[in-house]
Amino acid sequence: MTTTHRLTATGPYYADLATHLSFHGSLPERDPAWIVEAVDRSGLTGRGGAAFPTGRKLRTVAAGSRRSGAPVVVANGCEGEPASAKDRTLLLKAPHLILDGIVLAARAVGADETRLCVHEDQNDVIRTLRRALGERRAAGASGADVEIVTVPDRYVASEESALVHLLNGGPARPLATPPRPFEKGVRGRPTLVDNVETLAQLALVVRHGADWFRTAGTSDAPGTTLVTLGGAVAVPGVYEVELGMSGTELLAVAGGPAEPLQAVLCGGYFGAWLRSDRFAAVRITPRSLQTAGAAMGAGIFLALPATSCGLAETARVATYLAAQSAGQCGPCVNGLPALADALTALALHGDRQAPATIAALSPYVTGRGACRHPDGAVRLIASALTQFGDDLRRHAGRGPCAGLNRAPMLPVPAAAAGVPVQV
Amino acid sequence: MRSTKDSEPRLRVDPIACQGHGLCIEAFPEMIGRDPWGYPVLSTDAVPQHLMRHAERAVSACPVLALRLAR
Repeated sequence: MTTTHRLTATGPYYADLATHLSFHGSLPERDPAWIVEAVDRSGLTGRGGAAFPTGRKLRTVAAGSRRSGAPVVVANGCEGEPASAKDRTLLLKAPHLILDGIVLAARAVGADETRLCVHEDQNDVIRTLRRALGERRAAGASGADVEIVTVPDRYVASEESALVHLLNGGPARPLATPPRPFEKGVRGRPTLVDNVETLAQLALVVRHGADWFRTAGTSDAPGTTLVTLGGAVAVPGVYEVELGMSGTELLAVAGGPAEPLQAVLCGGYFGAWLRSDRFAAVRITPRSLQTAGAAMGAGIFLALPATSCGLAETARVATYLAAQSAGQCGPCVNGLPALADALTALALHGDRQAPATIAALSPYVTGRGACRHPDGAVRLIASALTQFGDDLRRHAGRGPCAGLNRAPMLPVPAAAAGVPVQV
Repeated sequence: MRSTKDSEPRLRVDPIACQGHGLCIEAFPEMIGRDPWGYPVLSTDAVPQHLMRHAERAVSACPVLALRLAR
């Protein structure tokens, strides 16, 4: 199995409006009910990590408008995950498909305001979007009035309540929930926050219909998805693939393993490790990855070589995640550094107490923050301890293994800038 | 709207507002424990009628109004 080109139909370079229209055709005139119905039947789920049914979200926001005024549509292009490059890739190559999706989602829910959030340090993305909006303005096309909002570059800043907080004039930090944004978001209005890839997929569903969408993927996970394949694969990069392929087939898309592997980190830094034999057989859908104890997340898969140290890799990421806390909730502020320190003490110094410390502290962190940031970090650490059980026994009481001599495989910012991007 | 039991009063904390003063823990140890950093760990059970006075005392003890009884 190879890549499928839907979102990526226009190729590896920026698709201007004319190119975009020549590949995808013009935007069909559809009424709101038709759009919601088509998205519902397509089975499209959110591509930002939560995999929530997009049709259901549209319905909820549209229904809320009767109570609290015209909804607001917020496209989330912030991509907080350091190991992910798929949103950035889509924003750079196919911004018009995203803008189409914003226009259609706004029509579906009756929104009169649309925003597109991107990280403030991604100048190339911001330039590309301005260019795309300029082309629309010149052509008199819809979507020229989408407002670009820049967001501080922090991991949790792209969490949906944090985005809404920012758009309401506050700092980009998560809010204690509920109410969720779809009930009461930007200026108290029902707010649809959708990932940019989700909106681009929506634009294709409205053009070609639900049945067409379902010709790719599986019945419970239809369509294609963008994935970021990294670590020890032959050709790391961003690819569009059909949902439902096996782990082995997925790695083959990136040219296969570059060397013998021991595990794959699935779902990014909110996800979990799977030993490579288990990963080989798992189906790439949100449900089957979850059943296997991992996650689809935002479609990030990082292959770890047999000669790397999974504990040390995870300790580095855990330390990064602890530093990325918004600093609001006690259990996250105190718990994540304590967990990261314990894992580091195990990986680097062979601390025998570390596994017990981690087991004792973890229940005091999970579910106790305003957002899911601490939960994700705990899950990642827990999966390292279960999947790298042999390493754990080797490390305890002895100290670092030979894997520490290798350069780190998991990117944390500074290193993240080097992830090559391909379509 | 999780279940019909939600009409029964339960303790809820705003994790952002909570500063870990710990006064609620002292006021209502029957249903509020202490985590390793001094922050309250709430029982997820409904507050039984005979403990309501303690629960209300814990709520009013919070200096930052982070604790409440939700029905």
